Amino acid sequence: MMHKLTKAALAFNGLGRCFIIEKHVPAVKIIRRGLVSAEHGDDSAKNEVYDVIISGGGMVGSAMACSLGMDPNLVGKKILLLEAGNKKVMDKVPDTYSTRVSSISPGSATLLSGVGAWEHITKMRCKPYKKMQVWDACSDALITFDKENLQDEMAYIVENDIVVAALTKQLDSLSDNVKVKYRSKVVKYTWPMPHHAADSIPWVQVTLANGETLQTKLLVSLTTSHNLDLFLCPSPFFSPLFSFSSSVFQIGADGPNSMVRRELGIPTVKWNYDQSAVVAVLHLSEPTENNVAWQRFLPTGPIAMLPLSDTESSLVWSTSHRLAEELLELDEESFVDAINSAFWSNENQSELIETAGSLFRGALSTIMPSAGSPRQLPPSVAGIGPKTRVMFPLGMGHASEYIRHRVALIGDAAHRVHPLAGQGANLGFGDVACLTQLLSQAAFNGKDLGAMQHLLEYETERQRHNLPMMAAIDLMKRLYSTNAAPVVLLRTFGLQATNMLPALKEQIMAFASK
Amino acid sequence: MYSNKFNCLMLGLYSRNRSAVCGLVQSAPGRSGFSWTAVCKQRSLKLQRSACLERQHHPMPCQISTRSASQTTVDPDEVRRFQSLASKWWDEQGDFAALHAMNDLRVPFIRDNLLNVHRARHPGKPLAGLRILDVGCGGGLLTEPLGRLGANVLGIDPVEDSIYTAQLHASYDPDLSDRVSYQACTLEELSSEEKEEQGADQFDAVVASEVVEHLADLETFAFCCNQALKPGGSLFITTINKTNLSYALGIVVAEQLLRIVPSGTHDWEKFISPVELERLLESNGFSVQSVQGMLYNPVSGAWSWTNSTAINYALHAVKHRDDPQPDRAEERSPRPEDHTAATHS
Repeated sequence: MMHKLTKAALAFNGLGRCFIIEKHVPAVKIIRRGLVSAEHGDDSAKNEVYDVIISGGGMVGSAMACSLGMDPNLVGKKILLLEAGNKKVMDKVPDTYSTRVSSISPGSATLLSGVGAWEHITKMRCKPYKKMQVWDACSDALITFDKENLQDEMAYIVENDIVVAALTKQLDSLSDNVKVKYRSKVVKYTWPMPHHAADSIPWVQVTLANGETLQTKLLVSLTTSHNLDLFLCPSPFFSPLFSFSSSVFQIGADGPNSMVRRELGIPTVKWNYDQSAVVAVLHLSEPTENNVAWQRFLPTGPIAMLPLSDTESSLVWSTSHRLAEELLELDEESFVDAINSAFWSNENQSELIETAGSLFRGALSTIMPSAGSPRQLPPSVAGIGPKTRVMFPLGMGHASEYIRHRVALIGDAAHRVHPLAGQGANLGFGDVACLTQLLSQAAFNGKDLGAMQHLLEYETERQRHNLPMMAAIDLMKRLYSTNAAPVVLLRTFGLQATNMLPALKEQIMAFASK
Repeated sequence: MYSNKFNCLMLGLYSRNRSAVCGLVQSAPGRSGFSWTAVCKQRSLKLQRSACLERQHHPMPCQISTRSASQTTVDPDEVRRFQSLASKWWDEQGDFAALHAMNDLRVPFIRDNLLNVHRARHPGKPLAGLRILDVGCGGGLLTEPLGRLGANVLGIDPVEDSIYTAQLHASYDPDLSDRVSYQACTLEELSSEEKEEQGADQFDAVVASEVVEHLADLETFAFCCNQALKPGGSLFITTINKTNLSYALGIVVAEQLLRIVPSGTHDWEKFISPVELERLLESNGFSVQSVQGMLYNPVSGAWSWTNSTAINYALHAVKHRDDPQPDRAEERSPRPEDHTAATHS
């Protein structure tokens, strides 16, 4: 199955390249983008012009603000972060864990340590894991990912609140470079003409609920809804951001970013998974080293257990809406039983597949006796944290364009993925690193930060990374949502074969840890 | 004087002739793999021959003439052409796309060469504290980036419409309004003005990007640049070489086939080879630091550095710290009224 997955990823990569080729005939695209056009306010001409306004705080938005604020080439630029919520200060780490956690890849950790926030995070709390085991409920097939000899961390599980608090602390120290307006709600955006026309304001104008109008050379837009990492905390998926959706699950607030994309008319490719995720904080029955991320593919969707501490883990259980609601209704004891049986039960396995799988595995291990890794068993769950059980609808979306004249979408505004690969926040932090680097270079070359050229580079570079990742995640989700024997057999063989090929696994990990 | 007039007349006639044949070009696109037709070749050879003829006349007026204030070397046709283009300056995908794209090379070229001399003291504003003169600034395509890097830039251009466009465009950006200023004048007018006001030696750098190929009198241009610069100041020039290839690619291909540039922007006769330009500058108190070839890829719309200076090239020269030829400078000082056309950057 992993073979197929990789192939699909490659195909999508190819698709991504077509995009790039298209970029080289920029005129067409620019003209199309140019259709986003303008009304001009005249009263606001005297207002201060910002170089960059980041609309939407959260993890990715705050990281963007820090990252821009610390870049030496951007010193002196006027940068503003608009956060709809209150300032989130954390004097003391709370006793209980939050259900909203993210898997932070080494690449994201590098970005966060580059902006000085990682130090705060490690001081507060985060849990590294060294291994990830993914296995199938319909067969014994499994795949494990680990760094050589469990020396290095594969990734870190960090509560979103902690990431935001660490970034907020950094933003406080950057107050000379980055201005932050908390509790600011955007009510209107006015887009400029694609190229300068006399008498019109050439900047993006942002009108706040308090009547204030701001102008900016570049608007960087995110979703407002906390930018939950979808690994653990799928955010409301069918928010009006994905305005093509007619889903009944429109629970997201109409934040500035949904508005940005809707007003820009950027089409979104999206899949409706018809799934919800149930999240909770789990208490383990006994303390363990707890450095493995567990994920099992059930026919109803993947269930994942991620380490928070020696005795606690975080649960993300993606499943049908009906089942999710049922899980939410269960009393605590039955819920714990349901979790344990989801990780341990063999009821979905059939003898045919069992036999075929073990034959294949046997054959493989004759060819490569050393490869592959033994199966480990996940810890059993004893209870759940009080009031930590929450449910979110799931989906996937991808904006076909990440940029427009003087506008760039980052994070969830550009892409949302299924939580199964833990890539939600990482894709967002990847956007931040890429956009910062390109803006820094643009500033050092004396460019207008809102100019199309480097924004196009941002879009090209990120879509080349994000599209294959999203395609792979989506494919994986689909492959595992069935218990039809041929598919199960195929994915069993695929997973087992991939598990035997360390080189391929390293490739997958390298791609995912960027 | 007469020969000069004759020269101008000939030039005018010549360029009119040529626009009828094939028009002119703004800048040269280049792909080494390009194969040109025999017709083009013949035409360019013919042109080259007439160029030789013209060159014989050309240096003479510079040596002997004194010019009246009303006389100008700015070609009225060219001025008219740039007037009609004024509104298009800031369309990154429009007629000036190649010039917008050239900023990717010329801004770092200017920045890095200046940073070699002046250490950047202000993070985020590497050129802070430097005064730069942008000759033939056009709509301010190069003036603004230099201003954003912190330099105090004066852009001059004889085309008032361009200056108006440049001023309007910069006025919206509060970062630029106090660092960038524009003046509709020629280099000669400016240097005579400055001389009257506060003496010469004003600028840390003079930039003449895609300008010298529009000038009729390069001797005067070089002299005025020298006058405008502080000792040790830098002169940056980007222009088109005078080769068969530059004719074929710069004029035939860019204008006729690909229409990358507005027709009639260039007159091949006014192109100058790096060797000739170097000689000219060396004789005017400059020492040439570097000459680098530039290549435009019309498919990607991007410029890149190349070893070959056969088509476009960039040059960096530094004014001698103490004037090695005081005689020469003296000899020139009584003719402040020279008009060197500055057209677009």
